[in-house]
Amino acid sequence: MSGLLLVLLVALIFVVLYQVARSSEMVARIQGEEVFDKKRNKILAFSMLVLMVAFFVGIYACHRYMMPLMAPQAASDHGKNYDFMFFVTLMVTGFIFVLTQILLFWFAYKYQRTGEKVPFHFAHSTKLELVWTTIPAIAMAVLVAIGLKAWFTMTSEAPKGAMQIEIVGKQFNWISRYPGPDGVLGKRYFTNINDKDNILGLDWKDQKNMDDIIVPNGELRLIKDKPVELLIGSRDVIHDVGLSHFRMKMDAVPGITSRLWFTPIITTEEMKKITGNENFVYELSCDQMCGKGHYSMRAVIIVETQAEHDAWLAKQQSYYAQNHTTEAPAAEAPKVDSAKSITMNIK
Amino acid sequence: MSNEATIQHDTHTHDTHDAHAHHEHAHHEHKQHFLSKYVFSMDHKIISRQFLITGMFWAIAGGLMSVFFRLQLGFPDQTFSVLSKFLGEWARGGKMDPEMYYGLVTIHGTVLVFFVLTGGLSGTFSNFLIPLQIGARDMASPFLNMLSYWFFALASVVMFSSLFINTGPASGGWTTYPPLSALKEASMGSGLGMDLWLVSMAFFIISSLLGGLNYIVTVLNMRTKGMSMTRMPLTIWAFLFTAVLGVLSFPVLLSAAVLLLFDRHAGTSFYLSEIFIAGRALPNVGGSAILYQHLFWFLGHPEVYIIMLPAMGMASEILSTHSRKPIFGYFAMILSLIGITVLAFLVWAHHMFVTGMSPFLGGIFVLLTLLIAIPSAVKVFNWLTTIWKGNIRFTPAMLFALGFVSLFISGGLTGLFLGNSALDIHLHDTYFVVAHFHIVMGISAFFGMFAGIYHWFPKMYGRFMNNTLGYVHFFITFVGAYVIFWPMHYEGVAGMPRRYYEYSAWESFKQFGELNQMISVAAIIVFFAQLLFVFNYFVSVWKGRKVTDPNPWKANSLEWTTPILPGHGNWDGPIPEVHRWAYDYKDNGEGGDFIPQHIPLREGEADEHH
Ligand code: HEM
Ligand SMILES: [Cu+2]
Ligand SMILES: [Cu+2]
Repeated sequence: MSGLLLVLLVALIFVVLYQVARSSEMVARIQGEEVFDKKRNKILAFSMLVLMVAFFVGIYACHRYMMPLMAPQAASDHGKNYDFMFFVTLMVTGFIFVLTQILLFWFAYKYQRTGEKVPFHFAHSTKLELVWTTIPAIAMAVLVAIGLKAWFTMTSEAPKGAMQIEIVGKQFNWISRYPGPDGVLGKRYFTNINDKDNILGLDWKDQKNMDDIIVPNGELRLIKDKPVELLIGSRDVIHDVGLSHFRMKMDAVPGITSRLWFTPIITTEEMKKITGNENFVYELSCDQMCGKGHYSMRAVIIVETQAEHDAWLAKQQSYYAQNHTTEAPAAEAPKVDSAKSITMNIK
Repeated sequence: MSNEATIQHDTHTHDTHDAHAHHEHAHHEHKQHFLSKYVFSMDHKIISRQFLITGMFWAIAGGLMSVFFRLQLGFPDQTFSVLSKFLGEWARGGKMDPEMYYGLVTIHGTVLVFFVLTGGLSGTFSNFLIPLQIGARDMASPFLNMLSYWFFALASVVMFSSLFINTGPASGGWTTYPPLSALKEASMGSGLGMDLWLVSMAFFIISSLLGGLNYIVTVLNMRTKGMSMTRMPLTIWAFLFTAVLGVLSFPVLLSAAVLLLFDRHAGTSFYLSEIFIAGRALPNVGGSAILYQHLFWFLGHPEVYIIMLPAMGMASEILSTHSRKPIFGYFAMILSLIGITVLAFLVWAHHMFVTGMSPFLGGIFVLLTLLIAIPSAVKVFNWLTTIWKGNIRFTPAMLFALGFVSLFISGGLTGLFLGNSALDIHLHDTYFVVAHFHIVMGISAFFGMFAGIYHWFPKMYGRFMNNTLGYVHFFITFVGAYVIFWPMHYEGVAGMPRRYYEYSAWESFKQFGELNQMISVAAIIVFFAQLLFVFNYFVSVWKGRKVTDPNPWKANSLEWTTPILPGHGNWDGPIPEVHRWAYDYKDNGEGGDFIPQHIPLREGEADEHH
């Protein structure tokens, strides 16, 4: 019923508007099209100025409203780079934006029709065209240069001694895996997966798996100022590890291991103080459409000090031990002192 | 000449003796059956209207879908009876199911990009304007042209029917990435809905190819005497490159779709590898999910320019006509169209910076992507110079063309953030991208299309659309578009992911709840303003003020030399010969400010366009 009323209401508004519009055309005929067109043209030209002012005031108001809601400063080293680049790009584009929008609306207002006029015949100017091809070209060259420098830095090999954590997406949650005392992640293969006692499909013949720790809710525990390399995978469809506070993300693609490294520089506790928000948490969001639960694919990231991390680690039990309580572990996990080489090979 | 040859395709053979054509023509129109005149018509002008009206249907349907999912986004904890009315089981108790949310998002994106802004835009204006502006009696092949529409209609029927099946429409996003779209276990929409989506797209691609080939051949071969390429209006240049883009890239999408169908039903592994889903490990190994993305975006990026170029061409024409000034930098405009067309094929992987692609390759794509900003900038500066010192008439078409430029600037500039991979690695798949492409492609192409409709409506129907409603339409849409999409940039910078059904559980994004509400309200208002346009359109078809002057805008191009309502064949007499370029807005020596293309050069007058 209310739906019908709404439809009727909208129809009514349209009819009223149309009648008003029709009568304005009648007025035009009475006043004479010429006079009426002139008047109307003047009003519309003025409205261009109004639009321009409203546009910039609106942008300012929007900015004022939004800024307190924005994410806090970047929490990683690459993120700091990102924030700087964003600023430079904003300045370059902002300048062009303000300039061209003002010219557009100002010209529209200024050069309104005031009557017949011999057209200003200006169809071509090689000089002008060269100028405004070159200036954007230079601006682009600068942006590309800054961008590629940052890009090649963040996609370079992870530094030696970086901590390695695996993060795997599935519909609809994340699973994280830590290498355990041996510092090496063991092999896994998708045919080994079962949801009861091997959610990542670890290969139990690989000794390096024996001490690996799996956190089924995908919690990531990172250490302040220590580089971390994420090895990213997926069990089913494409997901994406979104790290908005660290200003990075990387797809999780089945059959492929993708990598991403960065250095967290602010602990969760510090960030609580910076933001003044007691409930602050770093969140990992899924940023690639993956099905109906996509919007709920959340995991928590905790950035802590080395000491806190060690304390947490000490309390963890390996995934193998958790799921094989009755039998003895197949073998003692071998000690490996370096996490340098990446031994995890999915294939 | 070939021009004259086309008329032979008409239902009866016309007397090629043009002087008699008029008489005969009127005679035939009477005898023509309704079906052959309006339904299975081979007249490019009728086909163009068929594309336009089908496009309008899809725009309303797609717009309504966005209203529904904006209700969910703006008011996640409320229920709406209108949802349960329209969506039935999918919105029990007035709360939309997430499956349906994603289905609506997917179909909204698909139909607006392909059916409205490709079929509805190119289909309408390439069809309508190419023969009229180059001086041809019809398309090179009116029959293929008709087929092109009917394949589009077929695609539309298949897509529409997918909304009503049990498992719902495709729901993996308009890009339909596998494995999500390949495995029916992965989501309900990946069942029959996805098959229908693929079949519908295949029909659509055939339609585009038939149309595109026709446009290219027509422009290259059927120009009237004197209409050299460099005398063509920029609209025609734009339609030509649009067609080239489509013909070269749509087949790649077709192959992507066919391979996906194989993976779905023939047990192949083009896109599938090492998947454990629904409690079992699939046998597929060795495929690459990323391959699909390469194939998709090899079309997908050119596609955005397929949408953009016609709007650019029409805006150029309209800005010049209503400023009473020649377009500035005609050759630079053509060169930048060429630059955009070539580069459009070389930047597709900027949609894939975070798929784990080789960083070096990523670097190359950054460079090529930012290069596209140069021709884009040239176009903007040329438009600004075109209106500079003009004598501007604010018709609704002109307002929309000005709005088009404003939106193109705003959206183009945000492309520079996304094109830089080091920034995209944060902004990808956030609302920043949503804001970028809606402003630069969605809204600004719509503005180009509206400008075109207001401008050429008199030629289509011999009547004007109501101006006052046109102005109301413009102001609501222009302000509304910015109100909706501007704040989304901020959400994206804060990392808010796109394609989320709800944000309230997220500490990092829930503070935008109030804003999302405001955006939803604005979106609903703007939607109704579009209905006002549709209302204006149909009322004006029958009741609009009649056109009395064959050249109501005092424009130069050839379509205004036809009778007010041209019949099949366009010109009653011989096709006019062209003597000058399309932008001769200058003193005509008799107090007028324009000289149409068919007017011979005056004694001692130099041909401006060499
Ligand atoms: C200066 C010119 C432009 C540049 C540098 C640029 C750059 C980009 C980049 C890098 C992306 C990928 C963002 C991401 O997914 O992370 C993107 C997305 C997109 N752009 Fe542009 N763009 C430009 C102009 C345009 C134009 C003119 C159009 C349309 C006519 C357009 C339409 C789109 C669309 C539809 C998407 C999103 C597709 C999706 O993910 O659903 N862009 N743009
Ligand atoms: Cu997801
Ligand atoms: Cu692109």
